[in-house]
Amino acid sequence: MTRPDQGSSRRDPAAAAPSARTAAVVELQGITKRFPGVLANDDISFDVRPGEVHSLLGENGAGKSTLMAILSGIQTPDSGEIRVDGTPVRIDSPRKALDLGIGTVYQHSTLIPALTVLENLMLGDSTGLRLDAAGARARLEEFGALLGVDVDPAARAADLALGRQQQVEIIKALWRGSRLLILDEPTSMLTPQAVEELYTVLGRLKADGLATIFITHKLHEAVSLGDRISVLRRGQMVGTLNADAVGSTPPDKLEEIVIEMMFGAAAADLSEVGELRVGGVEEADAAAPAGPARVLGEPLLELVGVAAPGVGTDPGIADVDLVVHEGEVVGVAGVDGNGQRALAEAISGQRRASGGEIRLFGAPVNRLSVLKREKLGLRYLTDDRIGEGIVGNLSIALNLFLKRIGQPPYWRYGSVRKRAIDARAEELCEQFDVRAPGVETRAGTLSGGNMQKVLLARELSFGSKVVIFHKPTYGLDLKTTLAVREMIRQMRDGKAALVISTDLDELLEVSDRIVVLSRGRLVGEVAPGPGAAEEIGGLMIGDVSLSLAGAESAA
Amino acid sequence: MTNLFHQDVLTALISGGVIAGIPLLLAACGESISERSGVLNLGLEGMMIIGAYTGFVAAYYLHSTWLGFLGGAGGGVLACTVMIVLCVWLGLDQIVVGIAITLAGEGITSVLQGAQFGTTYPRLGATPTTSIPLLHKIPVIGPGLFEQNLLVYLGIIFAVFLTWFFRSTSVGLNLRAAGEKPEALDAAGVSVAATRSWAVLSTGALAGLGGGFLAIVGAGVFTPFMTQGQGYMAIVICMLGRGKPIWVALASLLFGISLSITTALQLAGIEISTDLINMLPFIAVMVALVLFGRRSYLPPALALPYIRGAR
Amino acid sequence: MSTVPGNELLTEVEVPNRAGARSGAVGKAIDTVIRSLVPVLLALVAGGVLLLILGHNPFAFYSSVWEHGAQNKAWQESAKRMAPLLLIAVGLIVAFRANIWNLGYNGQFLLSAAIISGLAPSLVNDLPLGLAFLILFLVAGAVGAIWTIVPALLKAFYETNEIITTLMMSFIGVGLAQILIKGPFQDPSVNIAQTKVLELDKMLPHIPGTKVHVGVLVALAAAVVVYLAISRTSFGLKIDVLGANPRAARHVGIGVKQLIITSFFISGALIGAAAAADILGVWGYIRANWNPAYGDTVIPFVFLARLNPLVVIPFIAFFAVLSTGGTLATQEVGLPTDFLLVLVALILLFMTVIEFLGRRRSLGQSYLTTGLKDALRPPGSKKKAPPTEVEEKPREVVR
Repeated sequence: MTRPDQGSSRRDPAAAAPSARTAAVVELQGITKRFPGVLANDDISFDVRPGEVHSLLGENGAGKSTLMAILSGIQTPDSGEIRVDGTPVRIDSPRKALDLGIGTVYQHSTLIPALTVLENLMLGDSTGLRLDAAGARARLEEFGALLGVDVDPAARAADLALGRQQQVEIIKALWRGSRLLILDEPTSMLTPQAVEELYTVLGRLKADGLATIFITHKLHEAVSLGDRISVLRRGQMVGTLNADAVGSTPPDKLEEIVIEMMFGAAAADLSEVGELRVGGVEEADAAAPAGPARVLGEPLLELVGVAAPGVGTDPGIADVDLVVHEGEVVGVAGVDGNGQRALAEAISGQRRASGGEIRLFGAPVNRLSVLKREKLGLRYLTDDRIGEGIVGNLSIALNLFLKRIGQPPYWRYGSVRKRAIDARAEELCEQFDVRAPGVETRAGTLSGGNMQKVLLARELSFGSKVVIFHKPTYGLDLKTTLAVREMIRQMRDGKAALVISTDLDELLEVSDRIVVLSRGRLVGEVAPGPGAAEEIGGLMIGDVSLSLAGAESAA
Repeated sequence: MTNLFHQDVLTALISGGVIAGIPLLLAACGESISERSGVLNLGLEGMMIIGAYTGFVAAYYLHSTWLGFLGGAGGGVLACTVMIVLCVWLGLDQIVVGIAITLAGEGITSVLQGAQFGTTYPRLGATPTTSIPLLHKIPVIGPGLFEQNLLVYLGIIFAVFLTWFFRSTSVGLNLRAAGEKPEALDAAGVSVAATRSWAVLSTGALAGLGGGFLAIVGAGVFTPFMTQGQGYMAIVICMLGRGKPIWVALASLLFGISLSITTALQLAGIEISTDLINMLPFIAVMVALVLFGRRSYLPPALALPYIRGAR
Repeated sequence: MSTVPGNELLTEVEVPNRAGARSGAVGKAIDTVIRSLVPVLLALVAGGVLLLILGHNPFAFYSSVWEHGAQNKAWQESAKRMAPLLLIAVGLIVAFRANIWNLGYNGQFLLSAAIISGLAPSLVNDLPLGLAFLILFLVAGAVGAIWTIVPALLKAFYETNEIITTLMMSFIGVGLAQILIKGPFQDPSVNIAQTKVLELDKMLPHIPGTKVHVGVLVALAAAVVVYLAISRTSFGLKIDVLGANPRAARHVGIGVKQLIITSFFISGALIGAAAAADILGVWGYIRANWNPAYGDTVIPFVFLARLNPLVVIPFIAFFAVLSTGGTLATQEVGLPTDFLLVLVALILLFMTVIEFLGRRRSLGQSYLTTGLKDALRPPGSKKKAPPTEVEEKPREVVR
């Protein structure tokens, strides 16, 4: 089976001559890219060959995305050379990358929600003024056959499940006859089932001779999928494990080697090293709290049959019954976009519940405003720290006090008491380890980790009792992640926490029990322990796979 | 007092409505091209007044209606290049630049008009009309709809063409993508800046043409500030029509009728304050916004500059 | 430490207390001065070129502006002109800081002016003068505020784009003002459509020793009060949060709807008060079709002052000189006074360009807020919700 090609006579060298198998499709030599204050890529060399999956592994901020952006023409390197089929090239625009046969599936979807699948695929076709819908439909069918997927060309992209959207993205990347496919963190939004489908698709493409760069920060994915594994750390290429090494080393050993490459030799000594194996569910299980001895307190937060409307593509919730007791950390698992935001906002008061009752400390709060619930001790740590958590052009100090504007002792007689605010802010920064030149620093200039610490300081201080943590560690570096999880665990000390996260390992690690949110409803409850991950995974996808099957048979 | 529903009154109402509606139609269709591509063109009013001036001047000195239209479109293009350079290429704020273009357009046309003609306002002669065979003989609607300047028919045909253009051409698809999600268009290898530049350029040409029509056919004279907020009205029409050219065209003609109602009422011998009549279209817009505004649709990337990699 | 690109779009509207890190305060000050003055200078130069093209001597023109606007006793005329300009500017600042584009200033101003002109002649005769002025100022403010109700409610409850609604209300307000002037408020003793003229001794008193009416002091006081409110009170912080990030405002429990309506009201009230100051202090009556469009000319200076009510004062003073002097100067050389409009537009254009050059990396929008784009959403397109969960993820440092 060959990939549909737009009539060009380019043949896959690997298919033609086995000896050519070592010839790289794309080769990077000494790539360096600087941003103000940051050396994102430092003298990186890297190559990828036909018919292989080359995993590119690294922590957030290690320079993976920059490298990908350089290959796909979004950024241009300051120095270094890119060779395609041995010929030096300059990739200065996405168009150039596409023309060279480099197709990219970005971490953030590039599908246009309002357009149909076919329109999305035809975007950028420059064959003529009139769109060739019939030709495109035929081509989509060919690709569908190759990938083993069936996509409705007339469906709006917004209506597709995330896994299906990604398949369309892959087709889009291959649309103009690519021989190199770059996947940037492709599994971050997918259900375990959709990840399986992705693996199958990649397997088929590999067999077809396609070269693939698989960018991830998840160790087990890199190991299980990659023919070769390269590790980036702080903008530098730590090394590449070649195919022989990957093939001959047992997975456990391999992971250990890779961890050392990712975090340096010192990392091996870190007590938390087990948690580094992001995605290694078994290890996380071991770290799960064993808490039968603890006695639960009064119910602090109760939801009885709560429903809240959805907004746009973000679905609402219905019939949610949930209790969080004093001293308890309850996790909410689920694939992103299954009502997490509606749940969090209904509790916090940002969204009016359309049904049911929400109780705080036993008293109904449905009619109370955000501010009044806040004064009772309810806090919501938002998942969107830049979009709604922080006001970037205000100082750290003011950001810490955004939820107490106008309240004494920080405001008196209508006037702000700057000294009181600054003094308290300095204490909080100290306590929560916010690294910044001073409390007057604009919050928008902080790194993600420090920003999150500012928000944590705001939500965990000033008499907070019940805290909703929404994706508390998303996009944070490892050290901050560990610190945040420790703070969540400390909530057991007389407070209560609801942790909404798409990171199953995180939930298994911090929660006393985990409820599963699917299509806006709670579909089950699981206690952390052996086999919990599988059980949760089953609950998470149960509904989704059924409805998908339904949709396909209808189509 | 003549009957309001007398044939002549109705004919005048329809005919006047079409003539007053065409500038709105052209400008609003232009705006829908810009908005589809993600550029909010608040300078529409300025482009119209500049088009009205250049169109009038061209028609006046060259003694040709069509060269006048050409001049109007040219003036609009000239005005919108400012927006292209500042907003599309440099990514500056579309609202501020839009306001600036409007102010500059109003100011400069007034200054130039004053410098050229002093306080006299020369008039143009009547413009040629084209009758559609047979149809123009229909009573009431016939003379109103089918005995008009050729540009009237072309404008309406253009709205139909635009519908097809958005839906079935690659350029139309690119335009929509630029407004919906410019980074997707960029990733697909099409220049967002070029796409938006062409969009704004067409908007300028259409708004200028609309202004030219207003001065040459509608009024037969150029007076400073003669557009009187019609550019803004066109923006609202575009919003209400949800960027769909056919709806935009229909709404434009409706608003045109409300603009021309003064003349019709005067014909009917009804004396109503012209100030009240002049307010009608704006009141209509507010009512329409309150009633239907909730369902209007704007592209997600509207008014946002696009800079590659800046996300 | 790198910056999150999105945040570079945020306002640089800074009230001293609230300024962020201030490395190199001197450099920053110079930078600010350059960015504020250069656009004005460039506009004057470009305007001069335009004058040359039109066959006038730009140097003669500008010196004539100076002569008629500032020299001898002319400065008093300019000072009087400052009153409405400054009040409108401060009104716009309140709205703009909250990221509300109140572009309906012309309607708010003219409607207030018409109603004040209509009421004043009888009020000043029936009541003690001071009380009459107080009532008139309050009425003017109320009219201006009321004229923002519809856009305010639509924005607060349906998120309807207020640029459009305020503009439409403005046109309606201007029309209504004409109807009032030609109808109920028309002075029956004259043939021209205008209201009854106030007697000179029934107008706002002068500041002792000058011919400048006290309305100017009202305007200056308003600027100081608004400055204090913005920099010191919780209200000021709330509108800054709303302006910078409406979603954050909702998240931290600020009553967004209420705040939008309040900001609109204050803005409209100040603009209405501007009409009272101008009518009662300078004109004494209003004629049909009179529309000074002060608001249009004030906009660039509001931005150049970075939405700071104190900093805007010298800018307004400058423009008042340009405006009074320019009106006479253009008449002298036989140009329409609309030439001033061209100068204002040029300042606005050069301002955006200088902004761009000054902050090349930050997309040149430092005087505008990101939330602005939200203002452009019609209701129902619910941009507040994350379009897709993929898009709105908080992003780590983007490299």
